[in-house]
Amino acid sequence: MHTGDYPLLSAMLLTPLAGAILAMLMPRSRPDYSRIVGYFTSVATLGLGVSLLLTFSKHVHGYQYVERHHWINVLAVHFDVGVDGISLFMIVLTALLFPIGLLASAREHDGKSFTVWMLLLEMSLIGVFISLDLISFFVFFELSLVPMYFLIAGWGHGRNVYAAMKFFLYTMAGSAFLFVGILTVAYLHHKATGVWTFDVATLTQWTSSATAMSARTGRLLFLAFTVAFAVKVPLFPLHTWLPDAHTEAPTAGSVVLAGVLLKMGTYGFLRFAIPMFPSAAVHFAPLLLTLAVIGIIYGAIVAAMQPDLKRLIAYSSVAHLGFVVLGTFALTTQGIQGGVFTMVSHGLTTGALFLLVGMLYDRRHTRLISEFGGLWKSIPILSGLFAASMFASIGLPGFSGFVGEFTSLLGTFLSRRWWAVVATFGVILAAVYLLWAFQRAFTGEPEGANVGLRDINARELATVVPLLALSLFLGFYPKPLFDRSQTAVRDLVAHVEQSANYHAPEPPAPTAEAGR
Amino acid sequence: MERFLDFAWVIPALPALGAVVLLVFGKRIGEPKSGWLATGTIGASFVWSLFTFLALQSQAGDHREHTYTLWQWFAGTGTFKVPMGVLVDPLSVVMILFVTGIGTLIHLYSIGYMHGDPRFSRFFAYLNLFAASMLTLVLGSSFLVTFMGWEGVGLCSYLLISFWFERNSAAVAGKKAFVTNRVGDVGFMLAMFLMFSKLGTIEYLPAFAGAHTLSHGTVTAIALLLFVGAMGKSAQVPLHIWLPDAMEGPTPVSALIHAATMVTAGVFLLCRAHVFLDISPSAHVVVAWIGAITALGAATVAVRQNDIKRVLAYSTVSQLGYMFMAIGVGAYGAAIFHMVTHAFFKALLFLGSGAVIHGLHDEQDMRRMGALRKFMPITAGTFIFGWLAIAGVVPFAGFWSKDEILAKAWFYGGPLGKGLWAVGFVAALLTAFYMTRQVLLVFYGNNRVAEDVHPHESPVIMTFPLLVLAALSFFGGFISLPFTKPNLEFLQKWLEPSIVGSTGREIAASSFGAGFLLSLVALGIGISGIAIGVSVYKRGLPADGVDPVEARLGVVGKVLANAYYFDHGVARVVSGPVTWFARLLADGVDGKVIDGAVNGIGRTVREGGVGLRRAQTGLVRNYALGIAAGAVLLIVFMVTRVS
Repeated sequence: MHTGDYPLLSAMLLTPLAGAILAMLMPRSRPDYSRIVGYFTSVATLGLGVSLLLTFSKHVHGYQYVERHHWINVLAVHFDVGVDGISLFMIVLTALLFPIGLLASAREHDGKSFTVWMLLLEMSLIGVFISLDLISFFVFFELSLVPMYFLIAGWGHGRNVYAAMKFFLYTMAGSAFLFVGILTVAYLHHKATGVWTFDVATLTQWTSSATAMSARTGRLLFLAFTVAFAVKVPLFPLHTWLPDAHTEAPTAGSVVLAGVLLKMGTYGFLRFAIPMFPSAAVHFAPLLLTLAVIGIIYGAIVAAMQPDLKRLIAYSSVAHLGFVVLGTFALTTQGIQGGVFTMVSHGLTTGALFLLVGMLYDRRHTRLISEFGGLWKSIPILSGLFAASMFASIGLPGFSGFVGEFTSLLGTFLSRRWWAVVATFGVILAAVYLLWAFQRAFTGEPEGANVGLRDINARELATVVPLLALSLFLGFYPKPLFDRSQTAVRDLVAHVEQSANYHAPEPPAPTAEAGR
Repeated sequence: MERFLDFAWVIPALPALGAVVLLVFGKRIGEPKSGWLATGTIGASFVWSLFTFLALQSQAGDHREHTYTLWQWFAGTGTFKVPMGVLVDPLSVVMILFVTGIGTLIHLYSIGYMHGDPRFSRFFAYLNLFAASMLTLVLGSSFLVTFMGWEGVGLCSYLLISFWFERNSAAVAGKKAFVTNRVGDVGFMLAMFLMFSKLGTIEYLPAFAGAHTLSHGTVTAIALLLFVGAMGKSAQVPLHIWLPDAMEGPTPVSALIHAATMVTAGVFLLCRAHVFLDISPSAHVVVAWIGAITALGAATVAVRQNDIKRVLAYSTVSQLGYMFMAIGVGAYGAAIFHMVTHAFFKALLFLGSGAVIHGLHDEQDMRRMGALRKFMPITAGTFIFGWLAIAGVVPFAGFWSKDEILAKAWFYGGPLGKGLWAVGFVAALLTAFYMTRQVLLVFYGNNRVAEDVHPHESPVIMTFPLLVLAALSFFGGFISLPFTKPNLEFLQKWLEPSIVGSTGREIAASSFGAGFLLSLVALGIGISGIAIGVSVYKRGLPADGVDPVEARLGVVGKVLANAYYFDHGVARVVSGPVTWFARLLADGVDGKVIDGAVNGIGRTVREGGVGLRRAQTGLVRNYALGIAAGAVLLIVFMVTRVS
């Protein structure tokens, strides 16, 4: 187990917190000071994230960079952190999206408060992905709601307060189940062993053993965890908070919401729900796969009918995350690898789309598709980048979206063929809703307010191009990601196989090379 | 020389590089330099392809199969591994030669055709990107690499059909092409999933080696799923609907992508994966009959089109049907042969029609043409070569390849073989007829050109490619002469290592006399079609401008003119029930039912509790602040406790 020479993960957690405190101390009259603090600390966090990525060993089983600190001793709550191949890329993605989100928000009002909330959000999201203790995970999981709430309510558009509240209450309701689930697990563990602990590894080992609890208890607990995560993902039919929150949120909020917050749900499945209750996961897999497939098809159809471009992209997230859940509950190496990959890829491509929609909003003060038209002619570079992001999101090979989608569908086909077959039709619908919107908004002859718009500027380019470039890189060379997540994913599948009387189907070994 | 086999990746890489340079710096490079740059890269690829051909030829016959891995593409996903690799074998070499060869000519032509277009350099960026994708498609060492090229050409097709996106019809046509192709892509993807789950690989050579271990049902499913993909790209019924609309793109695009190269990708795919087809006779039957329906159906529709490009578009659909008929009887060599000759004469015909449209200032309706041979002699002369080739007149290229397909069908025997032969016979007659109609309406008969239009010949940069393609349409058939002794089926022989086990050849060789007789019959069909066409249209159109065939056919003619109303039907269903259902989901189910339920629960809770919305909002704020404060305190606490 690699523990590192210095507490890298704590540093990644504390850097944005320190930035938030520092920004808070800056005078309100000089928001530029706070912004500089924001850029500096978020870029520093990204630097730490890159060094984490570079020093992470792809061969090590279990967690790396583990730090154990006692926190609330009486309650056996620890501040234990660590990273494995599943959380690694979520941490790095978080660290990547925040400087970009801040850069995209250079013109938001009240720069000081905005920066503070963004940095607090970054801290809590990193906390979510590095926590190895159920209570600290839960604290960060909940804590992330607060800055997000204020970002939507304070800098959102239109029905922002309604959207923020809906987001808050919706996810709080889900979290209630999670909290009860966590306490119950700890209590049952205490009752059986006499030890109070919230340590994920210890509890997982216990809950997943055949003797720990009845199948019924295991299933109930699995459902408690699952509801909380399903709201976050969001899984059909718990998704209706998402379009409102997304649409009303400021650009940076949408980028982070789609890029990272939703992934807290799918991450929760991979880290807690499945490993802790593998038998229940296998038992309920058909249900979750069905909901995922519905999400893929339904999300795409509903997206197609949206008059608002941002709402359309929000619904597309329901479809994309459907592929993640599909691959995850396929419970095969390929399926989960595809899911993990899609989690990252969706952050890049949807992030780029939200940034571009934000730029359109800045120029036209509307997001209604019917208000646009002919933009490809009036702002060719921005439109070209939108087209590229669109094809990345559609899942065109060469972009990361394809790699993730294909791998998760392939993995699902191995274990649950018919779900995969239906889900594959989702690739048609993705083309339908995006190309149709693109046709209405970007093609034709520009008229009225769509003429003479300012094309993309350098700052805006600097936010979109890195995301697209990364999507292209991973589309052609996904190996660096797959290699690093593989060990953890294989271990997870093996864990489910061992504890749930389940066998992940594998294809036969290929016949030896053609002998002619 | 052999080293070239390891460097075949340069062939797609050159135009890919050209595309990147033009996308980024195109505006600065400007016209005409960006056109020359693009032509240069694809021309260099052609030269490189020639060397690759020589390198492969220098290998012994049974060693002409060379794979080379550039890097591991899919790795780290359990047992699923796919390298980014190229497969150089006789089939892929034929493909790269004709793609780069014709591609170069069409790039050159486009420098003239696109002259003065505000997005001149963008056009060449897309054209180069297309070439790179198509070359990736044919050179790929696995189904997945081919699929990447497959989607890449789909992207370029979309971008180029809607190149003049200010025109709404062009934007709609581009979208339609992409979405229809995606329907086929589902089949392609499912074929790969099924293949991997049963064989553990989707690389070509290992998959082919393992194909015989599969059950008949699995093989049939794989073959038919691949065929669904092929139907999308190669515009086979019912996924043909996008191709006629694709004519919205600039004419060089129609020639290169929607006639010569991209639409043959489906034919290529099935020939490449013929091992699966060979094991499954039932898949063969399906492919053959879909091909036959397409060949005949599109030929009948072409008879009643008035747009110069739409005639050629339906003609392309019909000719692609021929190729699938050939595949359906296992005559893969004949399919490839016809693919190559068709690329020559159809590219020629499209570029010729482009020259006509160019010379008439964007007129595309043949009813407003006529007697143009006087104004554009080179265009007319070369177009006539293309016409004779497609009509199947000896010794033009189309004669040999079409004859080959018909003969292979005949010798295949049984109801399938004879039935296909009969369909091919009728379609050939129709082909000769509608092409004669086109030639006479455009270049002969009475002059019906609008008075303010002054027809003119195109510049050399456009006529030169026409001349080269005319020569190829004349000589192209000699690359594979059937029924000759000594055997001169060069293409067939060359392809043999790639396409082992194809039926037909052995039979054909043993029945020289019957083959010769069939050739005469085939020639007879072509001549008859031409004769009927000449007798109807030798004076162009009558003064009232009504097509004599239109008057004769009545309702049937109307059905044909509207392509059997198939497209209308699809559009009706999509804009009717499908849209209604989508709206029901979006507004009704999502807005009212699901969200309504959620808000309802929220309201109940609220009313049961505090009662006032304001108070509730305040509560959330307080609660949120409370959590924030508490969490910060906890963190401070934690930080101080960290040892």
